[in-house]
Amino acid sequence: MSQTPEGTVSQVEAMSTRGLGESPLVHELTARYGPDVLCVQPTLTGVPVVWVNPGILTAVMGWLRDLEQPFSMLFDLSALDERFRSHRDGLPEADFTVFYHLLSIERNDDIMIKVPIDERDMAVPSISAIYPNANWYEREVWDLFGITFQNHPHLTRLIMPPTWTGHPLRKDYPARATEFDPYSLTVEGQDKEQEALRFVPEEWGMARERDGSEFMFLNLGPNHPSAHGAFRLVLQLDGEEIVDCVPDIGYHHRGAEKMAERQSWHSYIPYTDRIDYTGGVMNNLPYVLAVEKLAGITVPKRAETIRVMMAEMFRITSHLLFLGTYLQDIGAMSPVFFTFTDRQKGYEVIEGITGFRMHPAWYRIGGTAHDLPKGWEKLVQGFLDWMPKRLDEYESTMMTNAIVRERTRHIAAYTTQEALDWGVTGPNLRATGCNFDLRKQRPYGGYENFDFDVPLGSNGDVFDRGMLRIEEMRQSLRIIQQCVNHMPTGDYKADHPLTTPPPRERMLQHIETLITHFLSVSWGPVLKPNESLQMIEATKGINSYYLTSDGGTTSYRTRIRTPSFPHLQQIPSVMRGGFIPDLIAHLGSIDFVMADVDR
Amino acid sequence: MNWWTPTVEAAVIAMAKALVILLVVVLLGALLTVIERRLLGLWQDRYGPNRVGPFGSLQLVADMIKIFFKEDWIPPFANRVLFVLAPGLAMASLLLAFIIIPITPGWGIAELHIGLLFFLAMAGLNVYAVLLGGWASGNKYALFGAIRASAQTVSYEVFMGLSLMGIVAITGSFNMREIVEAQAGLWFIVPQFFGFCTFLIAGIAVTHRHPFDQPEAEQELADGYHVEYSSMKFGLFFIGEYVGMVLISALIATLFFGGWLGPILPPVVWFALKTGFFLMFFILIRASLPRPRYDRVMSFGWLVCLPLTLVNLLVTGAVVLLV
Repeated sequence: MSQTPEGTVSQVEAMSTRGLGESPLVHELTARYGPDVLCVQPTLTGVPVVWVNPGILTAVMGWLRDLEQPFSMLFDLSALDERFRSHRDGLPEADFTVFYHLLSIERNDDIMIKVPIDERDMAVPSISAIYPNANWYEREVWDLFGITFQNHPHLTRLIMPPTWTGHPLRKDYPARATEFDPYSLTVEGQDKEQEALRFVPEEWGMARERDGSEFMFLNLGPNHPSAHGAFRLVLQLDGEEIVDCVPDIGYHHRGAEKMAERQSWHSYIPYTDRIDYTGGVMNNLPYVLAVEKLAGITVPKRAETIRVMMAEMFRITSHLLFLGTYLQDIGAMSPVFFTFTDRQKGYEVIEGITGFRMHPAWYRIGGTAHDLPKGWEKLVQGFLDWMPKRLDEYESTMMTNAIVRERTRHIAAYTTQEALDWGVTGPNLRATGCNFDLRKQRPYGGYENFDFDVPLGSNGDVFDRGMLRIEEMRQSLRIIQQCVNHMPTGDYKADHPLTTPPPRERMLQHIETLITHFLSVSWGPVLKPNESLQMIEATKGINSYYLTSDGGTTSYRTRIRTPSFPHLQQIPSVMRGGFIPDLIAHLGSIDFVMADVDR
Repeated sequence: MNWWTPTVEAAVIAMAKALVILLVVVLLGALLTVIERRLLGLWQDRYGPNRVGPFGSLQLVADMIKIFFKEDWIPPFANRVLFVLAPGLAMASLLLAFIIIPITPGWGIAELHIGLLFFLAMAGLNVYAVLLGGWASGNKYALFGAIRASAQTVSYEVFMGLSLMGIVAITGSFNMREIVEAQAGLWFIVPQFFGFCTFLIAGIAVTHRHPFDQPEAEQELADGYHVEYSSMKFGLFFIGEYVGMVLISALIATLFFGGWLGPILPPVVWFALKTGFFLMFFILIRASLPRPRYDRVMSFGWLVCLPLTLVNLLVTGAVVLLV
């Protein structure tokens, strides 16, 4: 059954939603499960959104997973507190919603399943038996919303400390520090926190000994040189062999999703820079694209091309950081200094164009903050001429080195199927030979205009993950070269009332523009109630922003799906039976930053 | 002045010389910490420490002041006696081994007939420093470092001794001076090339230098056996490692490159040049190589180096017997 769009929605919205509601898959789903399929929600997500009763959730998930062209990846799973939402016309009664975003590589298509939840019965069945990576997502939802997942193997807090009370992403949970009592930590409090972090193997179903000899439980992190941030792994060791391990995250949690509910659509942009803090403006991209979908803004060609160019610059600087630390993790001391030199050259270009280095927050709703400065071509061309020989050098000195090969080949290898099961995306997925790059498969933001190849690996091991990123840098250079050669003329911001801040040139000439400018700077833009979603191929994998607008100046819910989160969850499945040095090599090859995991 | 006999005079002079050598070695070990950082900087396209004094020459002084005044902390969960003993042992065993090195025809501390064996004994003793330090720290990472160190040292000392037996067979002596003098015609690097290769590898392994720094392996064990050490106790481990480097470099120069022998320049300069060359080599290796996995290091030792030294010894023995 498909929902007729409201009279208020624009034509674009109506077209997109009608098309999705009538997809054969949704018809089949409706036919199969009848009245338990509650409705098809019209949204701007570009994904069919189907509400189903919690009772048939596992059946629907199992069915979608085992289709002819299966939805092989649970791309995202999170929840929404519906209690304060005023625009819910036509949606089933719900106090909370849990949504499941599934992705099919074969179909190159997605589906989102939503489950309504009543406040008095906060429980849904767990799907971690169907999609293994649901485990952490469900723990996160329990932690932040207090929704129970029945039959979950280990439903404990994941993001917040184990001693925490309350569920922060609920709407009735305050977001401001001033709404809390002043924070203090006593010695007893500290001891209690410390004790709560002690690892108890029995809680994880781990044995303390085998055949009369004890295992060593080694706490690797949250402070460890190779943990790439505040990341903790508890290893169950037999000698140096890893019998099992438990990753523990949450030490870098800043509540980015909660902050989005208090910032205006515009003023949230700088927070996105700090999600994957090595990705710079790459983080702005999915956010502003999603906001532009809500606002109905079409971005001028020039702005699109500038955005692609800067995003690719950041892909290169991020990959350079990866390459240096990846080699350092396998004991090569020098490459990191060379890649940092290159990275600095990249930052000189970025700084020249955006005025900032790591977190420029440079994209705007409807365009970019400024036009390109005079002489930018020369600046960018200098970098483009510098990089290729350096990349060749890294490849010939390090990747052909016998010790590097010995340390990385067939280490922590996994297949495409395993990668999909665990929600692995980006270069780590492509290293298994799966050709799935959103820039090619679902071009966004102007990527359809560029000519580049998608490098693929074959073994899915540490070596392939390293090699692939060197090749990706070459492809990014190609894209940037095309930007330099064919930069369109025109505006760097859309001529649209919701563009924020609106073009300043006309501001002082028309009173109407001045008023609009004043409002959109002081309040920020007001977006119509709807939902939108944008997935992009970010530096570390697929990053997406799923925005829910309730018709206000702020987002009602901002869900940030980051690639690093599932990548860390996958670690135990590939590390069992490996050695500590293999684990370190694997950690280096994942390319994660903790800010991207914890948000 | 009847007590000032020639014997006493000789003893005093010998003691003075020993003191000079001790000071030079310790000072060189300390200086190497700075030299290494500067050289790494050079090879890694950066400056390295260049702020204290002209060209960073006083960096060592700054480091010394810092390390002496750091809190000397002994963890409450450590075994105090062993914890304190270990760094001293690390430094002392390597310094003691230095007494067998003949620097020039006139300089050298002791002329032992068991010279080489004494070195091997001291190198063997050195592993106790790491083992005890790692064990006494009461830290799992330190323990891993200690286990790795002892396993690695045991494996590599086996063929370290054997790799030198070719030289002993040729010269018929363990005495270092006799070994140097035997090289007047031809340096042992030529007839004992494989002995040199394996001794070099074993030497790097015994001093725990990269790529055989498994006991420390910062990326894996977060500094391994000395992770709990601070202040001058850490300093002793740290300088001890450099003294070990000087020792192995001096030994390589003495055993395979003719020690002080060389034309035109005075013997001490030749000795210094040869030793210096290997010190640079140690540092360059650190700058250029990744770290192999621990189990590969062990299998490389047992499956490649040990057979190679045995073959080398057999061939050398056959040549000595038949020719």
